Amino acid sequence: MSDSIENIPIQVTVNGKPYSRKVEPRKLLVELLREDLDLTGTHVGCDTTYCGACTVLMNGAAVKSCTMFAVQADGAEILTVEGLEQNGELHPIQKAFGDCYGLQCGYCTPGLMLSTLQLLVRSKQPNEKEMRKAIAGNTCRCTGYQNILKAIQVAAQNMKGA
Amino acid sequence: MLAQLGDDAKLLAGGQSLIPLMKLRFANPAHLVDLNFISGTSYIKEDSGTLYFGALTRHAEIEASGAAAKIPILHDCAAGIADVQVRNRGTIGGSLAEADPSGDWATVLFTLSTEVRCLATNGERTVSLSDFIKDAYTTALVHDELVSEVAMKMPAKGSGGAYLAFKRSAPVYPTASAAVQLTMDDDVCKDAAIALGCVGLVPIRATDAESALRGRALTEKTIKGAAEAAQAVADPQSDMRGSADYKRTLVGALVKRAIEIAVRRACGEQVEVGHIYA
Repeated sequence: MSDSIENIPIQVTVNGKPYSRKVEPRKLLVELLREDLDLTGTHVGCDTTYCGACTVLMNGAAVKSCTMFAVQADGAEILTVEGLEQNGELHPIQKAFGDCYGLQCGYCTPGLMLSTLQLLVRSKQPNEKEMRKAIAGNTCRCTGYQNILKAIQVAAQNMKGA
Repeated sequence: MLAQLGDDAKLLAGGQSLIPLMKLRFANPAHLVDLNFISGTSYIKEDSGTLYFGALTRHAEIEASGAAAKIPILHDCAAGIADVQVRNRGTIGGSLAEADPSGDWATVLFTLSTEVRCLATNGERTVSLSDFIKDAYTTALVHDELVSEVAMKMPAKGSGGAYLAFKRSAPVYPTASAAVQLTMDDDVCKDAAIALGCVGLVPIRATDAESALRGRALTEKTIKGAAEAAQAVADPQSDMRGSADYKRTLVGALVKRAIEIAVRRACGEQVEVGHIYA
């Protein structure tokens, strides 16, 4: 069956850079990012739409890139963890996660930072409930979340000034 | 396209249920037809007492909508489905067409006289939600039909509703859920609709529980009676989320709480609720 299916041309902008690729229709967005574009900062954790390690922003909205086909991102703007840093400067969210020890093994961190970004773009001063709700789709098995919540708070402070 | 591809084709809406099912090989369609590139399928419109949702309206859009601000039970549901990422993709039409026994929308909309508009190449028809959902993962859709719109009657004045779902964590399906919509006249319940989710192959209307409330003053005793009547019609299965007994007890507690919140909302009080985590 699969050998009769043609690859589909797509154009997608990732971290501001346009890419044209021909992809198998069944290829997941996270596979496009990791395998075709070599952007391995986006992780695959559970591959069952649970853990959120694969979270990226698509047109500003957090999505699980393991639960979308690459062809569905045709024409979209994707932001991955690699796009957070600007001109060699860490993004305030990256800095805050580091400063507050909002990570241990780091596997879930790219996804958590992108969920944080969606939150802070939409809500400048989120309360704790809003912060918890924003990261409810991101599982972290190391930190116990307390330092992650601290990091989000610090990032919100720093981004307000920016 | 569906008419050409036949039975082996499946429609892809938000994909937040279908793609995981395909990865598990529970769904194995030969063709997937992506609906996301069709414009004009995501909207919320109000017209003469009816609320219309485009089939591809995302849960997140409903969560943030004026309609959800006005009708709190919609917010209870939309804001509690899985997590931010899933709500950004998942759609109301997809949720109903999937007919997962643990889905949230069908349970809520069972209490709000809802109709599903089904579109095919040779015309369209409107099916009441209770006729639309036939069985677990089974709807009234025939193979060349799709859901184009969901139409829900706006609750009457003096009406209040609440939806409570009990979950182990955000991204999973609830263990049990209850939707309650009440119309109050002072202390007396004029009308009641109660639906139970995750405790049967389809959402269950607890009609005995509704009669236990209708025409009565809602005392603690009346509410307890309704919750017991609701428990009696629950038909849960034991699984990894809990034993059948546990779920039956749980759904009674959810109905009781949902009634209490619905009463307060019917009286104009603002009550914020979210899904309950274990």
